Amino acid sequence: MTSTPAAVPQAAESVPAVVLTSLTKQFGRFAALRNLSAEFAEGKLYVILGENGAGKSTMLRAIAGLLRPTSGRVSVFGAEYGGLDSGRGILGQLGYMAHPSLLYDEMSAMENLIYSARLYGIDDEACCAAAITLVGLDPLLHRPVGQYSQGMRQRTSLARALLHDPRLLLLDEPFSNVDVASARGMVQLLSRMRDAGKTIFVVTHQARLLAQAADEFVWIHCGSIESRVTTLDLEAVQ
Amino acid sequence: MSATPSVTPSAAPDQTSSAVHAAREPVLRPESRAPHVLFATLMKDLRLEWRSKDAINSMLFFALLVVVVFSFSFDPTGDDARRIAGGLIWVAFLFAAVVALGQTWAREIRNQVLDAYRVSTAPANDLFLAKALGNFLFVSVLEVVMTPLFVVFYNLRVLGPAYLLPVIAVLGTWALVVNGTFFAAISLRTRSREVMLPLILFPISIPALLGMVEATKIILTGESSAKFWIVLLAVYDLVFTTVCLSLFETVLDAE
Repeated sequence: MTSTPAAVPQAAESVPAVVLTSLTKQFGRFAALRNLSAEFAEGKLYVILGENGAGKSTMLRAIAGLLRPTSGRVSVFGAEYGGLDSGRGILGQLGYMAHPSLLYDEMSAMENLIYSARLYGIDDEACCAAAITLVGLDPLLHRPVGQYSQGMRQRTSLARALLHDPRLLLLDEPFSNVDVASARGMVQLLSRMRDAGKTIFVVTHQARLLAQAADEFVWIHCGSIESRVTTLDLEAVQ
Repeated sequence: MSATPSVTPSAAPDQTSSAVHAAREPVLRPESRAPHVLFATLMKDLRLEWRSKDAINSMLFFALLVVVVFSFSFDPTGDDARRIAGGLIWVAFLFAAVVALGQTWAREIRNQVLDAYRVSTAPANDLFLAKALGNFLFVSVLEVVMTPLFVVFYNLRVLGPAYLLPVIAVLGTWALVVNGTFFAAISLRTRSREVMLPLILFPISIPALLGMVEATKIILTGESSAKFWIVLLAVYDLVFTTVCLSLFETVLDAE
């Protein structure tokens, strides 16, 4: 076990943010990812699209290091999981928002964020309050997260993911159950973060929201990348 | 407050997470983080338990039931009570502790919060030690509350060196919780984890349980020295704490 967080090479223009090499992930006989290879450049906003069960979330979890590939490799900013630092160095560089909230229902948003911040060695409550404000919530809201609406929980979850200022953001269905106005606000926030040099992956079924903001749309089908396009064919996402 | 303001499109252009972090250093010293995470996780668990009281209430009611049922079943005289009390009290604590051990990890899989820990840079062993210390505190509270009841129900009077009883309690409790926390984490991803935990934990706890029961009996009856059993407990604690710490990261990262 090593706790050294900063073994990742610093950003260089030639180093892609994420490289997937022949990535395969099997759950029993079911192959969620099939020999998937792709490179994703730094500082871009990628929208991952596909049907239910296509392998979008599995790909995101593999990039986050939460799934061990059956075969193939995942490289984030030039560092691979399973290296000398067991991927801990990569983890400090990424923020992950899953479909479940990753929050304790019995604690308030602020309490959840303060705890999350401490997992990254951040001891700064003002930073947590700023992250909550950034996603449009009130840091003084003392209700437990379990009593929040689903949309508020999503936004708290987003605040948790970007709390430690990661270079790479992995967001799984960030707009589900979020009202349209708030979702648009989240898209604007993601655009600004991309403009600030962050690499962002968004798995969503609401691609229209990101039609203007995204740099690339990646279609996944049956565990493989079917196509990568820079403009969204609105009829294809009906 | 229940207002749910939207993310305002008119937010300032520099209001990104980078701006949020502008005031702090980008990289913190790793060596300053370890006790920090352990303490934060422990305090979070204590706070959650204080609010829900899931584990402590279940443990107390379970242990109380055991005391009452056994006291009616055996109706022991003074000498008999001293011989069997050690066994009864530790078996009651072991069974009650299993309830708490399951609860502490159940919180971590609700909303997949454990994944948030796994994608952070926090050391795996800090999570394990925080959970083990939290469980140690919960079971210690149980012991402090239940021991006077045992004394009353079984009319106990200590004939040996009573000052050794807290030592046995600390070593014995740690033996239960360190393995219990570890095996509860292993059984977390199994389908029938409530059944799996006792099935794995009880057999491996037999040497420790034997040490606790024999040492307690010797001190209650004042017959001989409990030194051998106390040393056995200390060695057991040392070995299993080391083994659990060595293997916990593998358990945490298992799919």
